[in-house]
Amino acid sequence: MRFILTGILFGFVLVKSEVVSWFRIQEMFLFDSIHMYGVIGLAVVVGFISTQLIKILKIKDINGKEISIKGKDNSSSIRYIVGGTFFGFGWALIGACPGPLYALVGSGYFIFMIPLIAAIGGAGVYGMIQNKIPH
Amino acid sequence: MNEILNQPIPWYVAGVLIGLTLPVLLIIGNKTFGVSSSFRHMCAAVLPNRFSYFNYDWKKEGGWNLKLISGIVIGGFIASLFTPEEYIVNISPETIAHLKSIGITSFNGLVPEEIFSISGLLNPAVFGLLAFGGFLIGFGTRYAGGCTSGHAITGLATLQRASLIAVIGFFIGGLLTTYFILPHILG
Repeated sequence: MRFILTGILFGFVLVKSEVVSWFRIQEMFLFDSIHMYGVIGLAVVVGFISTQLIKILKIKDINGKEISIKGKDNSSSIRYIVGGTFFGFGWALIGACPGPLYALVGSGYFIFMIPLIAAIGGAGVYGMIQNKIPH
Repeated sequence: MNEILNQPIPWYVAGVLIGLTLPVLLIIGNKTFGVSSSFRHMCAAVLPNRFSYFNYDWKKEGGWNLKLISGIVIGGFIASLFTPEEYIVNISPETIAHLKSIGITSFNGLVPEEIFSISGLLNPAVFGLLAFGGFLIGFGTRYAGGCTSGHAITGLATLQRASLIAVIGFFIGGLLTTYFILPHILG
């Protein structure tokens, strides 16, 4: 239930702040407004400060366990630059990243079921050819 | 009350709330924020596990993530109740001018009707754009191991080198699309 509630708040904010809007994504890539940079930049700052506080104050999770943040594999770069560029194409075409895709479908923009299903298919294809592409 | 809820949330409030998702998930369940892994979990649920990428206990590993995305859908629905019918996203005049110049004429709602409407589907180019763009979102985020939430927010906030590279990739793809590909498709 707690994860659903977190998702509800997140999805609500994504829509009400217009982060889900194709128009806002075009505006971001055209560098015409602070809007998207402000949202993402501030989220990074808040995320940085709060994760540092968790580390410094050794805050435990609600089960009393030590909090561990899953890092990324920093040993190579190819998958990040190539995979990231593929995603960038999709992000600007559809004007939505994964979170907003779900939020838009919830908002009644059912047309986004097409890119959402295609995205799940894209992940499926990735999993099938993972061993054959450079990482 | 409705008057207030009908207003958009300013970016500085949204940024703080979205940023707080990161510590909230860590504290309520020791989970590292990310949305695109949900695509993998859904594939793992249906695809045969002879592919090692899908051979894991998706309920155990991904159950929380699938709950999170169910919540996002519900949150989107609740937000739609507080979105007036005549709703215009207040984008900059420069962006409007650019979009008009590449063939966008409808600025009502969160997304342009030319691309995102059921009637647009009759146009094979539009259907192709939706399907191909979606495919790239799923393939690209899984190849890169994260999306905007996992890399641009969580990864940058925790100073991951990989995430900085991924975000550079996001912008290479995004800028090429906005400046070269979209004008070509829509124009």
